[in-house]
Amino acid sequence: MTLAVRDLAVQFGGVAALGGVSFEVRPGTITSVIGPNGSGKTTAFNAITGYLRPTRGAITYDGASLAGLRPSAIARRGVVRTFQKTSVFPTLSVADNVMIGLHLSGTAGVVAVLLGRRRLGEEERRLAAEADALVELVGLGHRRGEVASGLPYGEQRLVELAVALAARPRLLLLDEPGAGMTGAEKATVSALIRTIRGRGITVLLVEHDMRMVMGISDTVVVLHHGRVIAEGPPAAIQAHPEVIRAYLGATGERA
Amino acid sequence: MTRAARVLGALLALTLPFWLQNPYYLHVVIMAGIFGVLSLSLNLLLGYTGQLSLGHAAFFGIGAYTSALLTLSLAWPVWPAMLAAVALTALSGWIIGRLALKLRGAYFVLVTISFAGVVSLVSVNWMELTNGPLGLPGVPAPALGPWSLRTKTAYYYLVLAAVALSYLVCARLVNSRIGRAFLALRENEPLAESVGVDVTHYLVLAAVVSAGLAGLGGSLYAHYTRFVSPEVFLFTYTVTMVIMVVAGGKGTLAGPLVGALLFTALPEALRLATSWQWQMLAYGVLLLLLVYFLPRGIVPALRGLRGRRAS
Repeated sequence: MTLAVRDLAVQFGGVAALGGVSFEVRPGTITSVIGPNGSGKTTAFNAITGYLRPTRGAITYDGASLAGLRPSAIARRGVVRTFQKTSVFPTLSVADNVMIGLHLSGTAGVVAVLLGRRRLGEEERRLAAEADALVELVGLGHRRGEVASGLPYGEQRLVELAVALAARPRLLLLDEPGAGMTGAEKATVSALIRTIRGRGITVLLVEHDMRMVMGISDTVVVLHHGRVIAEGPPAAIQAHPEVIRAYLGATGERA
Repeated sequence: MTRAARVLGALLALTLPFWLQNPYYLHVVIMAGIFGVLSLSLNLLLGYTGQLSLGHAAFFGIGAYTSALLTLSLAWPVWPAMLAAVALTALSGWIIGRLALKLRGAYFVLVTISFAGVVSLVSVNWMELTNGPLGLPGVPAPALGPWSLRTKTAYYYLVLAAVALSYLVCARLVNSRIGRAFLALRENEPLAESVGVDVTHYLVLAAVVSAGLAGLGGSLYAHYTRFVSPEVFLFTYTVTMVIMVVAGGKGTLAGPLVGALLFTALPEALRLATSWQWQMLAYGVLLLLLVYFLPRGIVPALRGLRGRRAS
């Protein structure tokens, strides 16, 4: 159940957003992809999860290629992502947001629904209970019935996390889960990510906050100008001369 | 709605022909019922998947013509012709859904408008099949065994049953994981895909059911007015359906029915109240006021009112 990215390249017109990157995400780990703005992190995410067709390269999960699959088909194989910009179902309640996330756990087809089969009621109750448990897990039990777009920013990001978890990922890709959060909220998210891994879910993370990345990652992959310039455990990355140059020298990016 | 209100509403609907003896009023209620089926149908797309079909009159018209042609030219009995009308419109909904697979918003609207335009032209120009602008007179009324349903009272109950069936279909879909997939498409399509909702599959499904229900409405109309002409494809019908859904409350189950009742009765009431010069003006002003003061529609506004009182 390894995610393997081989020579992945994405061109936007003449601009190479990704110039042939390769890395692996081993099962049961937390792997972070870091790099200055515009280094291709989100582009890599979009290519892996089917939102973007790569120009070149191979993406395999558990030995099977993900190339050309729609995002929903990739989710069905256990690879689920969140988005960099807050992304919830805005006019629905927190509980209903998570219920949509449980789509793949439901089995009701159109014929059964139209005939009003009795077992559907049982399935709905089971899904509602699962949704409740996930809402509690991310600490939003008191917000269950509230409309998602009315929540403060940090809590909306937690809703997103619950929605993604509801899809029962085996590999969860988180695109800047800590962005725009307060220090306390970031600590909560870090703890949650560890809990998630504890449940046997592999995590691939894009994140700017170095303290968060170095604190929770098993492996860190550093992207710069669309290429991998370093890969290894956090301690080795922090001491890597090329990484230091990329962050402090070339762009002066916040770290 | 409380249980008591529901029971009362059902009782009123079931006994209506006994206290509403005036055939003209009964006619208005029957038309409201037919538009109720059409509005429920449009609401499935507009209210739940968030896609606006401005070609809904096409499904209505195809349903009406299918019923009329099968009973007149091939001498089919009415019931199988109705079923065929629903099946054929559902099929055309599938085709539109497939065509519009990757199109959303304005582009989806354009496909549906063009489809309605094409179908309308066919109905006018394919003289051998449709009798062109002259239309098809003498569409038979349905019969239950030896009893003809040509009286208004009998037809009222047929339409009532159709409204109940359409409502049931919509309610069951909407309150299931399928309905949640519709909402997910309306609310946030990329997010829906990311958790495994195959949104195009559900858009096609919504289009098929929606078109099929509109076809049922068209068939009911054909066997009621007993005459079908290319007028059934008029854009006005689509606009009326949109007004009913939006004014009643899109994305609610009761909204389209409330809208259908109100906006079938309103023009008739205005006809009684004012001279013809003022009718459309008054209709327009009332519609504007309604949209201005109740932007989300009547049913959501009523719910909000009750929620406030409860808290």
